[in-house]
Amino acid sequence: MGAWQRYRLRLARQRWVIRAIRKRRELTPVQDRTRRIRRRDILVFSTFRNENIRLPWFLDYYRAMGVNHFLMVDNGSDDGGREYLAGQPDVSLWTTGASYRRARFGADWLNWLQRRHGHDHWCLTVDPDELFIYPFCDTRPLRALTDWLDASSIRSFSAMLLDMYPKGPVETAIYTRGADPLEVANWFDAGNYTISRNPRFGNLWIQGGPRMRAFFADEPARAPALNKIPLVKWHRSYAYASSTHMLLPRGLNAVFDDWGGEKTSGLLLHVKFLSTMADKATEELARGQHYAASREYRAYAEGIAGGTDLWCKWSEKYINWRQLEVLGLMSKGNWA
Amino acid sequence: MSLGVVMLVHTAFDRAEQVIRHLVAAGCPVVVHVDRKVAGRHFDALRAALVDLETVRFSPRNRCEWGGWGLVAATQAAAGMLLRDFPDVRHVYLMSGACLPLRPVAELQAYLDAHPDTDFIESATTADVPWTVGGLSGERFTLRFPFSWRRHRRLFDGYVRLQRRLRFRRRIPEGLVPHMGSQWWCLTRRTLSAILSDPRRAEYDHYFRRVWIPDESYFQSLARLWSPRIESRSLTLSKFDFQGKPHVFYDDHLQLLRRSDCFVARKIWPQAAKLYRVFLNPENAERLRAEPNPGRIDRIFAAAVELRTKGRPGLWMQSRFPHDGWENGVTAAPWSVFEGFADLFPDFESWLARMTGLRVHGHLFAPDRVEFEGRQPTFTGALTDRASIRDHHPEMFLRNLIWNTRGERQCFQFGPADNQAISWPMAKDGNAQVAVISGAWAIPLFLSNRDFADIRTTAARLQRIETDHLWALRSQWARARVQVWTLAEFVENPMEHLQAALAGVAPRNLPRVAEAPRMVDLAGFGQFLQNLKNQGMHPTLTGDFPAGGAVQTPAPPRRKPYLVRGRE
Repeated sequence: MGAWQRYRLRLARQRWVIRAIRKRRELTPVQDRTRRIRRRDILVFSTFRNENIRLPWFLDYYRAMGVNHFLMVDNGSDDGGREYLAGQPDVSLWTTGASYRRARFGADWLNWLQRRHGHDHWCLTVDPDELFIYPFCDTRPLRALTDWLDASSIRSFSAMLLDMYPKGPVETAIYTRGADPLEVANWFDAGNYTISRNPRFGNLWIQGGPRMRAFFADEPARAPALNKIPLVKWHRSYAYASSTHMLLPRGLNAVFDDWGGEKTSGLLLHVKFLSTMADKATEELARGQHYAASREYRAYAEGIAGGTDLWCKWSEKYINWRQLEVLGLMSKGNWA
Repeated sequence: MSLGVVMLVHTAFDRAEQVIRHLVAAGCPVVVHVDRKVAGRHFDALRAALVDLETVRFSPRNRCEWGGWGLVAATQAAAGMLLRDFPDVRHVYLMSGACLPLRPVAELQAYLDAHPDTDFIESATTADVPWTVGGLSGERFTLRFPFSWRRHRRLFDGYVRLQRRLRFRRRIPEGLVPHMGSQWWCLTRRTLSAILSDPRRAEYDHYFRRVWIPDESYFQSLARLWSPRIESRSLTLSKFDFQGKPHVFYDDHLQLLRRSDCFVARKIWPQAAKLYRVFLNPENAERLRAEPNPGRIDRIFAAAVELRTKGRPGLWMQSRFPHDGWENGVTAAPWSVFEGFADLFPDFESWLARMTGLRVHGHLFAPDRVEFEGRQPTFTGALTDRASIRDHHPEMFLRNLIWNTRGERQCFQFGPADNQAISWPMAKDGNAQVAVISGAWAIPLFLSNRDFADIRTTAARLQRIETDHLWALRSQWARARVQVWTLAEFVENPMEHLQAALAGVAPRNLPRVAEAPRMVDLAGFGQFLQNLKNQGMHPTLTGDFPAGGAVQTPAPPRRKPYLVRGRE
């Protein structure tokens, strides 16, 4: 990569950082408990809209993993989720009515909060419907992983999005608040992912899974990206480029080995396909705030209204991380 | 009181305190060295916490930089203090604050009492044992290393390069043979005091001060000069990964550590509460123990290094995306391709499945759909039969298919009408076994009822495609095992060639071909090819068919009678 290209990427990063600083004005603090953040704390960053039904499990899941503080941005919820979070002792909450799309799908808001509060912390950026898993997550807390990453001088950690779905039509998978969504949506596609390399940012571009199969079969190139780098030892000069798919500086995207070996990686179990999905798709479609003119939600709305069953004969039922490791969806690397 | 401990601490002071208390309770005096980089308040807190223990001393604090001399100087001072203040000590054990005794200290003492003159120190010559990670082995002792590897990496590397270019070599002190090994040792008072009071110590110290990572070589080399009996192994279980960084033990290693029967393990994650609780429990002395046997742990960590450096062949995923040529196997397992067979034998798929018991697909790369076995809409790993999705990344589709079906050989049909994107990947994959009847694409054209001009253009296109494909298969980059017959050649003696093709699929337990597949009726095929030639399109890949239809002439008499040929 030439000096010119490097210079352009640096400009892009600086532009995003400035953009994030500018967008901070859109955020109104609801409950700022960031003074309780201690030096080595692990932080979760998240934006949400009308996810009240998922929030209790989300918090419990990450608390059990060893996350110390949650920094959340509410984008105009009206289902009581904001009030619920404001009452939680380890949550700092901001709210905004501004456009999600014009904040680059929330990345600007979170880039600001990360710059302000995440510097020198391990920061996990996840949506309320994403459950992070990593090797040995059933026996070792997240701190064990971040300590190991620190000792190995690794700054960022890859976790591909793995879409989970129920057996049978999605609208029959009734989820109750506070329950484990994996009890309802516990199937996944084990081996139909395509990978190519993004030469500009140096990251991998992964597509596939049930969404490609069911909703994007005619235009697979437009299927949603599944590559994610959610766990980063943050520095105030870093910036997520688009959602958590990639970030700058470019070196942070080098989460894969290109000499044949495997680096350590995890997964984000994406528990989106529950009965709540149909309403969500209709609502989000009306708002038009999502990627590529909400193409994804349109496809879902059409598919799910038609009673789409994502399950097929070769779907795999989720057991634990070891199963996913054996299937080659994630890797222990040299962490033993 | 035969065993004394020198402990080097730089972090996790509460855990160090726990281990020190455990050692002292078992009657071992401990001299603690705390890195000078540690803030004074931590040091004071540790000292205050241990003030009630009479046999704990703190040695003067040195700055300890990884790979630098400070660690050795700290060890020298602490060991000297231990030998001076505790005259009963016969063996000195060097530990770090992240070490954890796995067996009761009394067992370690008994073990050392049984070997009163033995020095347990891993010590190998650099010339004979190529075990260092990252290049510098012999050069550790012949170059100078004044710059910190951690803080001034560029200066460090640049200075090494400069010395190499200038052919600089340091003189090794006379009589000294450089040895290396684990920095965690257990030496006898006799050997250790001889090293510390060596009349030439100033010379040795001066030399090792500029050696790279002297804590792995100072005592290891000098012990060779003084020790009457060296047992070249460390009593501390310590494993290193491919970058020379120690592996860390967690709570889930409990059973593994228990069964290792090692005396001390390093390094323990400070928050592995269960490990500390279990192993520091004085009632944990139930079993009869054997010699240390870290074999199982060795295997687990060796597998981790293998996974990190070589990976799983044929797997492409979020954290493994090899460069061209570094795949360590493009696909995960052997697979087979049959080209032209299905054109010549209409029931070839089911016949092959019956004969070999393998998974036989149709044309996986057909233009309209993926022809999975039994034409099912999805296949393992939830691959779909949609051509659009497959063509989004055909090579990845193939890799996925082979990865998803590890342990079960896949066979599929291929031809010039299919998506050719996998032509080169197929040729370059050593796992591929390709059997080709070239020119067989002419048969469906021959049997079709299409306009002849149309047939002629199609034939020309298919021939061009197949020529390119065969060129790939025969190129110098091809690693696939390839068998090619022209159609004419094959038809002359089909049973023999089928047998040869099957031998490639199932080399072992190859069944005798007991039943022949039905072949299409080729009456008039020679004339058909002649017509193509007459139109200026020479089907060179089919081989020579006499225009008069010699194909139908009866086979030589020794041919087996059950071979049904050319009849409906």
